[in-house]
Amino acid sequence: MAVQYLGLKEISGSLIALDHVSGVAYDEVARIKLSDGTVRTGRVVEIEGERAVLQVFEGTNSLSLENTRTTFTGRPMEMPLSEDILGRVFSGAGKPIDGLGEICAEKYADINGRPLNPVSRSYPRNYINTGISSIDALMTLIRGQKLPIFSGSGLSHNKLAVQIVRQAKIADETGSDFAVVFAAMGAKNDVADYFRRSFEESGVLSKVVMFLNLSDDPIIERILTPRCALTAAEYLAFEKNMHILVVLTDMTSYGEALREFSSSKGEIPARKGYPGYLYSDLASLYERAGLTEGSEGSVTQIPILTMPNDDITHPMPDLTGYITEGQIVLDRSLEQKGIYPPVSVLPSLSRLMKDGIGEGYTRADHSDCANQLFAAYAKVQDARSLASVIGEDELSPLDKAYMRFGELFEKYFLDQGFDEDRTIEQTLDLGWTILSALPRSALDRVNDRLLDEKYDPEALRRLEETGVIDLG
Amino acid sequence: MNTVYSINGPVIKVRSDPTQDSGQSTELSMLEMVYVGNKELIGEVIGVNSKETTIQVYEVTTGMQPGEPVRGTGAPVSATLGPGIISNIFDGIERPLRDIAQIDGAYISEGTQVEDLDTKRKWKVTVKARLGDEVTGGMIYATCPETSVIEHRCLVPPGISGKVTYAAADGSYTVNDHILTVTDSRGTDHELTLCQKWPIKTPRPFSRRLPIDRPLVTGQRVIDTVFPVAKGGTAAIPGGFGTGKTMTQHQLAKWCDADIIVYIGCGERGNEMTQVLEEFSGLIDPKTDRPLTDRTVLIANTSNMPVAAREASIYTGMTIAEYYRDMGYHIAIMADSTSRWAEALREISGRLEEMPAEEGFPAYLPSRLAAFYERAGYVENLCGTEGSVTVIGAVSPQGSDFSEPVTQNTKRFVRCFWALDKSLAYERHYPAINWNDSYSEYTDDLSGYFYANVDKDFMSCRQRIAAMLSEENKLMEIVKLIGSDVLPDDQKLIIETARVIRVGFLQQNAYHKDDTYVPLDKQFRMMSTILKLYDESARAISEGTVFSDILATGIFDTVIKMKYDIPNDRPEMFHELQAKIEQTVRGE
Repeated sequence: MAVQYLGLKEISGSLIALDHVSGVAYDEVARIKLSDGTVRTGRVVEIEGERAVLQVFEGTNSLSLENTRTTFTGRPMEMPLSEDILGRVFSGAGKPIDGLGEICAEKYADINGRPLNPVSRSYPRNYINTGISSIDALMTLIRGQKLPIFSGSGLSHNKLAVQIVRQAKIADETGSDFAVVFAAMGAKNDVADYFRRSFEESGVLSKVVMFLNLSDDPIIERILTPRCALTAAEYLAFEKNMHILVVLTDMTSYGEALREFSSSKGEIPARKGYPGYLYSDLASLYERAGLTEGSEGSVTQIPILTMPNDDITHPMPDLTGYITEGQIVLDRSLEQKGIYPPVSVLPSLSRLMKDGIGEGYTRADHSDCANQLFAAYAKVQDARSLASVIGEDELSPLDKAYMRFGELFEKYFLDQGFDEDRTIEQTLDLGWTILSALPRSALDRVNDRLLDEKYDPEALRRLEETGVIDLG
Repeated sequence: MNTVYSINGPVIKVRSDPTQDSGQSTELSMLEMVYVGNKELIGEVIGVNSKETTIQVYEVTTGMQPGEPVRGTGAPVSATLGPGIISNIFDGIERPLRDIAQIDGAYISEGTQVEDLDTKRKWKVTVKARLGDEVTGGMIYATCPETSVIEHRCLVPPGISGKVTYAAADGSYTVNDHILTVTDSRGTDHELTLCQKWPIKTPRPFSRRLPIDRPLVTGQRVIDTVFPVAKGGTAAIPGGFGTGKTMTQHQLAKWCDADIIVYIGCGERGNEMTQVLEEFSGLIDPKTDRPLTDRTVLIANTSNMPVAAREASIYTGMTIAEYYRDMGYHIAIMADSTSRWAEALREISGRLEEMPAEEGFPAYLPSRLAAFYERAGYVENLCGTEGSVTVIGAVSPQGSDFSEPVTQNTKRFVRCFWALDKSLAYERHYPAINWNDSYSEYTDDLSGYFYANVDKDFMSCRQRIAAMLSEENKLMEIVKLIGSDVLPDDQKLIIETARVIRVGFLQQNAYHKDDTYVPLDKQFRMMSTILKLYDESARAISEGTVFSDILATGIFDTVIKMKYDIPNDRPEMFHELQAKIEQTVRGE
């Protein structure tokens, strides 16, 4: 029987302090029993001699100094794991909340994970066909990558995430199984429900593990949610050889939880009140994506974060961008034009793309096509800003051609239906067709031989006449 | 005995426990390396007062309890220097990650005990020192082939001198075998093996600094020609995420003409280290015909590894570089990224509750940065040969804002600044080095080298190219307001020539077999071809030719594509191209 400590020394925010404790370890989990019999979970965040400071995940509401009993478990925060977690729903702290009972654990794993040794990683190379032209062609998702969606409130990031999950042909030829781990941090009830319904409609619900910390759930619990989710993902990927797609939404709420915790601990803040270790903390989550040698499975992460005030230099998107392998940025003005998915092409990027495309992966002309599309679309922005000053009529013929290219690119290439699933061939052919709106000499990123083959204004004329993308 | 008193993440405080006195001195000194707790985690003393000692622990402290023992080692945190360093990959405190993987599996646990260098491997040693020789610190007493391209030269540790009273015969030895005994003037014997220890925060001594006058040739046009860095110099690459810092560092690590590359992945992505490992073992160094891994050392403290070891990784890398410099090699250090190191300082400083300066960074940030960059240099070392350490540090400014403290303080201590630009990266103009914000103070120091080794016109061509770009920058202000059609022909020519410089010269394709590395001679010929195009066109315009007619011949696009059309080993093709320019522009 473990020692039970009666009473607390201090309660401050989500933290409690105990005096005269012994044999307590850093990061250890404690059970805190209230006077009414409910039990909460806490974690040791600081020890000084016989004084221990604990973080209470469910909050310190109605905790009292005298009638609280604390027991230390002697273990770090662990999660029970077995293959039965597939299809189950858990709370943000990893407890089953779907009424189907506890998990019969095959093993317990520390939710903090451990750093993956760089020499044990294998470099991700196999691309995931999402069926979305803008992503497949310009910021190709690679199995084992962490590719966040930077969005803003009111943009269609959830819809996009659902479409990626539904269309991603993540199972490979070897027949390895796939599954989705979904973690909601501070998500609204209806958002979580939207995801659940979408998974159900596309028939993958039995392959989904959900971790829900909704916006009215305790805030500090949010710090655990992504860790529980990634522990489950790592288990399924590296021990059960499955391909796992992890969707984390919304990382901004996670950051706010961390900020609240940090300020209640009295730490010196860095930027915008976020703790100085925000980068290390985010890295400890994002770096859990990847492939390891000796395992067939993979963990691919799609974290979603809403940029406060659409500001990409806010610490959350900024630090995320430094850790993740690229980003998909959504743009409000495209959304307002009615374009779905409103992917802002220029700031979006996939760092792993260069090694996962081309001959043997997608198609030999992929990188040329992508480079040229990026370069041309960058010129469109120049032409547009010039047109806003001197008027479109005064533009040079080349600038007018860029304006036209920009319209076509957004109308046919970016815009696509929620149910439209394009193959990589269709996407690349469409890219070349739209590039043909420019004079051939303007395509300076491509060599002549490839242009002879791909430059085809005739196909563009057909596209504009019929308005139908030839998916043949 | 010293025991743990308080734990706060990687920072622990230690008090002396008089009840368990073992009779030995328990005093810990500043920067001493200690073993903390039952798991014997490695830590470093960062503060001492009469009551308690503060220690930063290089590993995760989860599960540690107050009262666990802390054991001093009596020596500062040191790197083990000896054969077996090159082509290895280490963590921040020089533990080989491959060995850790063998013990721990795919995930790194704390408290894993491994040797810094392989103690079983035998090296084929040639002993240079003879019985009775007088030796001093820095002299070479033995050599052994470390990789196919690097000969390891064992140096008498600085501070030791005297007479050789024992010398082993040539043969195969492990790093810990006894090779030499030096008896100093006081009669003390020093037994030397193939390896030695050196405290990572102390610069290794050398005889004197030499003037910096040789470039580090990187084969990247925008660097070599426009913003060159010297051997023994310092450079910073600041840029927001996605601007290609890591890509630029990789290109430099692959192609620069240093003998040895020390690549420090400090708080960056794990996959990037894996990529370096995979890619470099497959790439062949054109100068030696051997895989690039034969000249590369990797130090990996990825962003999810313990934060305190991030600071150590920078110093470990520097100490290794200085050690090889003392053997007479030229070393280039790639530190990616120094901002993560600064953030590690901030995190530890915050946990110590020190008074913060700007943005929470500690007030000693500038002095730490200065101490690091000042360890670069071109020197005459103790054994009389020359060696250099060039430092190229990436900086990751928060919010891409170059006015933040790490970028600003780094700027004070480096002489070469390659500012990466988001808008160039958006256009996929790589390397995205902005020519208006970047600078190199080495241009004058290196002009003599370019004059003697490339062409006497090299510097004047460079000057004209730079002037043309800044002229274009001014003209673009006007173009942004009224469009380019209204400009007179001579100004249109400048804009078009600047486009050729930007697309045809500054932009470089890392994935093209010829364009990924361009020798200095070809760089010069490309510049002079572009200037030839400008001069011919300017003359034609002054003689009354309409510029749009020249443009319509497509000669500008032909020149842009010369980087792909002319292979690196066919310099004579530039004559043909220049002749073609003359013909086309003159309308012959």
